[in-house]
Amino acid sequence: MKRIALLGMPNTGKSTLFNRISGASARVGNWPGITVDLMSAKILLGGHIVELVDLPGIYDLHGFSDDEQVVRHFIEQNEIDLVMLTLNTSQLDRQLSLALQVRNLGLPTLLILNMADEARRSGVTVDVASMSVQLGMPVAMLSAKYGEGCQEALITAAATMNRSPHPAPEQLRAHLQTDDLIEREMDAIMASSVQMPMQMNDALSAKIDRIVLHPWLGLPIFFAALYVLFQFIFTAGQPLQNGVAWILGYVRGGMLEPWLANAPPWLHGLLLDGIYNGVGTVAAFVPLIVLFFLVMTMVEDSGYLSRAAFLTDALMAKMGLDGRGFVMLLMGFGCNVPALMGTRVMRSRPLRLLTMLVIPFSLCSARLQVFVFMIAALFTPNQAPVILLALYVMSFLATFTTALLFKGQFQNNEPFLLELPPYRFPTTRQIVMRGWHEVSHFLRRATKFIVIGVVLVWALTHFPGDVPPASSYTLAGMIGNALAPILTPIGIDGKLAIALIFGFVAKEIVIGSLAVIYGLSGDPLMQLIGQKLDWVQGFSFMLFTLIYTPCLSAIATLRNESKSNAFMWLSILWSLALAWVVSFVFYQSARLLGY
Amino acid sequence: MQCNLLTSLTSGEQATIRSIDAEEGLFQRMTAMGFRIGRQIELVRRASFSGPLHVRVGSTDVVLRQTEARRIQVSDTRPT
Repeated sequence: MKRIALLGMPNTGKSTLFNRISGASARVGNWPGITVDLMSAKILLGGHIVELVDLPGIYDLHGFSDDEQVVRHFIEQNEIDLVMLTLNTSQLDRQLSLALQVRNLGLPTLLILNMADEARRSGVTVDVASMSVQLGMPVAMLSAKYGEGCQEALITAAATMNRSPHPAPEQLRAHLQTDDLIEREMDAIMASSVQMPMQMNDALSAKIDRIVLHPWLGLPIFFAALYVLFQFIFTAGQPLQNGVAWILGYVRGGMLEPWLANAPPWLHGLLLDGIYNGVGTVAAFVPLIVLFFLVMTMVEDSGYLSRAAFLTDALMAKMGLDGRGFVMLLMGFGCNVPALMGTRVMRSRPLRLLTMLVIPFSLCSARLQVFVFMIAALFTPNQAPVILLALYVMSFLATFTTALLFKGQFQNNEPFLLELPPYRFPTTRQIVMRGWHEVSHFLRRATKFIVIGVVLVWALTHFPGDVPPASSYTLAGMIGNALAPILTPIGIDGKLAIALIFGFVAKEIVIGSLAVIYGLSGDPLMQLIGQKLDWVQGFSFMLFTLIYTPCLSAIATLRNESKSNAFMWLSILWSLALAWVVSFVFYQSARLLGY
Repeated sequence: MQCNLLTSLTSGEQATIRSIDAEEGLFQRMTAMGFRIGRQIELVRRASFSGPLHVRVGSTDVVLRQTEARRIQVSDTRPT
C-alpha cells in the first residue's frame, strides 16, 4: 500500500484538511501541537487504497522539539510515496522555508496553499504556475475549511504519487543534515511570485483584539465570556436532559419491565437496577456533554485561546507556569487527557511536569456531571449556579496552590513565544464532526468502564445474597466500614465511599454507582440523596471528587507522557492528600460553625 | 546607529530588527516565526502586570515575554 505523509506548520488547517480528505473526525484546534498522536486513515486515491498519515505540525524540519523529531524519525524510517505539505497562503512569507526544506529531501511533494479564502480577503495573490516552476513541485491552492479546490488537489496528488519514484529512507537519512541556502532562495521566490500588501489588512482581527486584549478590560471580558458560555450550555442543555430522562424511563417502564417480568429476581436486578439504571443515569448527561464540547470546539477553533494565554501569562509566571499552561487548564475543562498530551509543545521538562501536575485539578466534563447531579439533589435552583461557580473557583485554587508549592522543584526558564492566529469561525461541518466524535467517545467509555463499573458495584452491594442490599453486611458495606476512620472526619459515609472508589476509574461511574447503590434513578434518586445527605456532607463529597485523581485514563496519560512512575505516584498521592485536607477543613469548620 | 531593546518601544511604535541574541533552539523558532535581521517589527500592545508583549513581524502576530524581547535589539524607531 502506498503511503502519503501530511506535513505542515501549526495553524495551517492541516487537521481540517485531514478530516476533509479522510472523512474521519480528528480533533481540530487552533493550538499548536494538538494533533500530537499520529493519526492515519485509509483513503481511495486514483484507484488505489492509500494510507494517509497526519504528522505533527512543525515550523522547521531541522528543529529539535519533540514534534520536529517525531516528523524526522518518521521520514527516516518509513517509505513515503508522497508528501502533502500544507502552508497557510496568507503567511507564505515565513512558511515557504518549510517547502524548501522538504523539497531538498527529494521526496515527491505536493505543496498545498491552504486558507485560500482568508488569503483572498486580505489581498494576497499567488502566481501558482510560477511558484510551481521555481519550486520544482506541483502547487495547489485550496480551502480545506470550505472544500474549495480539494478535488483538484487530490487528482494532482494521485498523478504526482504515481509518476515519481520515491527515494529510500536510507538516502533521506543522509539528506537530513544541513541546509543554509534556504533563506536567500525563499526571499527570491517570494519577491518574484507572491504579491503581498506590506501590512496585512487584518482589520477585523485587530479591532477585536483592541477590545478583548485591552490592558484592564481583557481579563474581565474573558471571565464574563466564560460565564455566558456556561449559562448557555446549562439553559440549552436542561430541556434536552429532561427529554433523555423521559425516554429512559419510558423504555424501562414500557418495554424492559414487561419483557423481564419472568426473569429470575437476581437477573432482573442486575439488568435493570444495575446496568440500566447505572448507565441510564450517566446517559442522561450526554446532551449536556455534547453541547459542552460543541461550545469548546468553537472557542478552541476561534483563536481566542491564544489570546487567553497572552492575558494570563503574567499571573501564571508568578506560579512557575506560563500562559500556555492556562490554556491547557481551560482545555482540561473538557477532558484532562488531551490537555495533558497538549503539554508536548513545552520543551523544558520541569515546566512540562509542573503543568501536568496541575492539569488534573481542572474540573473536567465528567466531574461536571457528578456536580450537576449532586447540586440538583441538594440545593435549590437559585443556589445551583453559585455552588457550581464555587467548585470552579476551588479547581483554580487547587491548581494555584499546587503550582506555588511545587514550583521550587520544577524550576525552568523556558522561553515564552507564541503565535496569535487571526480569528476564525469553525464551519458547521467541523462542529457536527466534533459533536459526533464526543458521543461515540462516550459510548465507547460507556461500554467499557461504565458497564463494568456498575456491574461490580451491583455485585458488591448484593453479595452475600442473604442480607439486605447495600447494608453494612454486604461486601460494599465491609469496605465502607474499613474506610470509615479516614472518611468519617470528612463527612463521607460507606455508600459514598464505594462511589468514590469506582470514581477512581472514571468519574461517570460515580453517579452510575449511586443509582445502583440506592437502587433508584432519575428524580427519586435525587430525592433520596437529598434526604440521606445534608448540604455540608454533599459539598465535602464534591470537593473530594473534584480534587482527587481525575480518572484512570488521565493517570495512564500522565505516566506515558512523563515516562516516570515516581511522577505518576506523586500526582496520585498529592491529589489524594490535598482532597482529604480540603474536605476535612471544609467539613469540620462548617460543623463548628453550626451548619 | 542607535540601537535599543525591543522592550523600549511603546505601543504602536515600529522599528527595524538589528540583532537577535538567542541560543540555537530559540533562534530557530524566532526565525521560523519571521524574526530576521532587517525586518520591520511593530509593538502592538503590552499585557498588564509586566506581562508579555504582542508584536507584529510581517504578517504574523507573536506574543513573547519581556525576557525574550530583551534579546532583540532594534533601531530606527518610529510611530506607525
